[in-house]
Amino acid sequence: MATTAINLTPRDFKGKSNPDWCAGCGDFGVLNAIQRAVAEMGFRPHDIMTVSGIGCSSNLPGYINTYGMHTLHGRSLAMATGVKMANHEMNVIVTGGDGDGYGIGGNHFTHTARRNTDLTYIVMNNQIYGLTTGQVSPTSSIGMNTKSTPFGNVEQPINPITSAIMNGATFVARAYSGDVRHMADLFQQGIRHKGFSIIDVFSPCVTFNLTNTHDFFKERVKKLEDENHDPSDWKTACEKAMLFGDTIYTGLFFQGDRPSLEDVEPVLSKGGPLATRPLELDKDDAQKIIDRMM
Amino acid sequence: MGLGTYDFALAIGGEAGQGIATPGDIMARIIVRRGLHLVTYNAYQSIVRGGHIFLTMRISDAKVQNHGDKLDLLMCLNQDTMDRHQRLMGPGTRIVYNSDTINPGTEDKGADLCGLPVSDLTDGSRNRLVQNTVGMGAIASLMGIDFSVLEESLTLRFQRRGQEMVDENVKVARAGYDYSQEHFKPFDQSPPVGEKPLAVWSGNDALAMGGAAAGVKFYAAYPMSPATGVLHWMANNARNLGIMVRQVEDEIGVANMVVGAAQAGTRSLCATSGGGFALMTEAIGAAAMMEIPVVFINVMRAGPSTGVPTKTEQGDLWQVLGASQGDFERIIVSPTDALDAFSTMAEVFNLTDKYQCPAIVISDLYISEGRYSVDPDLINMHPEIDRGALITEPSDTDGYLRYKDTESGISPRPLAGLEGYVHLVATDEHDEDSTLLSDEFTNPHKRRQMVEKRARKFDNILSDITAPVLQGPADADVTLIGWGSTRGIIAEAVDALNAEGVSTNHLQIRWMVPFHGDQIMDILSKAKRTIIVENNYSGQFARYMRSETGFAADGHIRKYDGEPFMPHHIVDGVKAQIGGETDRYVPYQEITV
Repeated sequence: MATTAINLTPRDFKGKSNPDWCAGCGDFGVLNAIQRAVAEMGFRPHDIMTVSGIGCSSNLPGYINTYGMHTLHGRSLAMATGVKMANHEMNVIVTGGDGDGYGIGGNHFTHTARRNTDLTYIVMNNQIYGLTTGQVSPTSSIGMNTKSTPFGNVEQPINPITSAIMNGATFVARAYSGDVRHMADLFQQGIRHKGFSIIDVFSPCVTFNLTNTHDFFKERVKKLEDENHDPSDWKTACEKAMLFGDTIYTGLFFQGDRPSLEDVEPVLSKGGPLATRPLELDKDDAQKIIDRMM
Repeated sequence: MGLGTYDFALAIGGEAGQGIATPGDIMARIIVRRGLHLVTYNAYQSIVRGGHIFLTMRISDAKVQNHGDKLDLLMCLNQDTMDRHQRLMGPGTRIVYNSDTINPGTEDKGADLCGLPVSDLTDGSRNRLVQNTVGMGAIASLMGIDFSVLEESLTLRFQRRGQEMVDENVKVARAGYDYSQEHFKPFDQSPPVGEKPLAVWSGNDALAMGGAAAGVKFYAAYPMSPATGVLHWMANNARNLGIMVRQVEDEIGVANMVVGAAQAGTRSLCATSGGGFALMTEAIGAAAMMEIPVVFINVMRAGPSTGVPTKTEQGDLWQVLGASQGDFERIIVSPTDALDAFSTMAEVFNLTDKYQCPAIVISDLYISEGRYSVDPDLINMHPEIDRGALITEPSDTDGYLRYKDTESGISPRPLAGLEGYVHLVATDEHDEDSTLLSDEFTNPHKRRQMVEKRARKFDNILSDITAPVLQGPADADVTLIGWGSTRGIIAEAVDALNAEGVSTNHLQIRWMVPFHGDQIMDILSKAKRTIIVENNYSGQFARYMRSETGFAADGHIRKYDGEPFMPHHIVDGVKAQIGGETDRYVPYQEITV
């Protein structure tokens, strides 16, 4: 969290490179919403580390002015966990896509939720593999024609919201990238939340997914906030998250108050970030180790 | 090397679940407290109950560096042990066993049979572990160790579990001791008392302690034999030393987590065996591309694939040389014993911090799971720590370039979170300013610049490490070449050969990358007959030497049955080659476990 209040604007969080996304890509909205959220919260660029995997959306750390790691396909959550453990005073935001997070990185997704590590995970879910030019993804709908499923996808898609809740994530939300204000609000809540927050964002791929388009979502999305949903009610949250027909809910599905990994890890209970602690062993501690070997 | 005045080997065999570890541990403590040296090798299988476990403990008043060639005293905890190993026990040796349940086998080679009527001695105790304690009493008696010494050790071992437990164990040990005094002939020589008490550790303890002394603050692992001991040490000491230890969902997660923690600024470490290392390899390339210093330990076991999880091999050299796609710089070192493993950790962390690259420490089951005496004064828990070009203070100037193309190739890196040094690191190729070259506009000139920048870091790295040194007579007729864990075994074989009139010297190599090709060739160009000794089938190190230097040895001694070399295997191999029988000798493993 920022230690001094400085009025930075979203422009101060603009990265050195311009996004290479296709015109109309949903990811632009997500980038804008993150920049808006962190500026409004009073962060400075060095307060934040943005970590991603590989994919169109995983290019995001290059477009935002924070510390960044653009890592391996599927490994963003593992890398980010390492960063957070080494410096738990940094705000770590993880970005990526549905293939990166729910496919190749699925194991880390499960276990990061279980650990409840204090990370904010923003998934740009376009239900397709974009960077590899249009193959089926773990969130593609049944029947969807892609280059790797020319006769239609036959596999059940994963539901990121119910998966995250079942695995133990303590802040589980969904957004649509056409609504930047709503996204920015959810991102702020997710960053403030102590524990693993995931915001799954419908971020349409205008090039390779001609089914789940902006028009598709605009007609269907409804905010949970408008329906007095109780985010502590995980059962109703799961029921509402399963809907993917005429109504698709966005907003905060579930929020729990289980302690985060950092709060229950005894090594972090005192002494500041691991990365800034002295490396040398205490003389007495070292001697005790030797004594036990005698 | 010289083996002093006392050289004794004790073996205990039984099945998993029969509690071999306890008498082994109690004996080890007795020995090191007495100031004697020991090496313990435990042959076991991947089974929680059953199978055959065979613990060998070699004891000497001089530094002992391997588990040796012979057994003096065998304690059988089951019939299977008697049946397997009686044939190894010749005149002058003793076999201790529970005569209620175990019969002497048919392969009598002259050992004194020391049967203990355990039921009578323990008033019909039904505790199935009681035979171990009775047996320890007999062992103490046979070895000539005063009962008070055993009593003290049993008390220390069991006092946490109450006085009743202590009394019970002392009582039955006493019964075994007294029975043995009355009925069996002890060994002529009893263990001397050394200069000062020694400590005891395993190679995995040493690797973990070395990491802790080097300032590791983040350790992650997925359990895998024979590397799990590093995790256990770290977990036991984490809270006291302020080291975060995470058991992670898989080795992919482990490797990526340590890279992330290292990027944030901690010294970060993980350990695994070959299969887990295979899963880690992509992250090793990521560390190289992002220029993040991190250390991976690969404790080799017999492969390929799941292989023989509880057996040793030097079969992963090419795996670590080729770990991860692409053409990049890494440090690889293979420590030669437990103390070397300890010291290597601080050395290799200083190198990775200086050169901002991944490093791999290769151990194997023989080093890692063996237990060794060590002079506590040789364990430097406060080694020099040099973090290289690490920026630790904020700055108010702009224009920081993470991958600045410097003369040395080394670009200063900040602790994450410092003001003034906001930057991106990327696994895609990037320019000095971390802008990706890979996606939009690939640029051959910038690509070449960055490849050369990373490679240039290694131009002078050899000056930071020591070259291998030839041991033994310079003009010897035979030069034995080994790497990693075989050092102590080869060294003893060299002494034995010289004593027998076969003039032999020894070159042990621990740095794989960077490799002292010129220095090694200076030595080997003067050698008369060169023989490479290694624990694998295909001669992985022989092929590596050839690729680096063009050198081809005259002969080879290779062992790939899962068990480590014994010194006489190498002696026999050298003689066979001098005799012209073969240029590729494969010893026969006499002890079947």
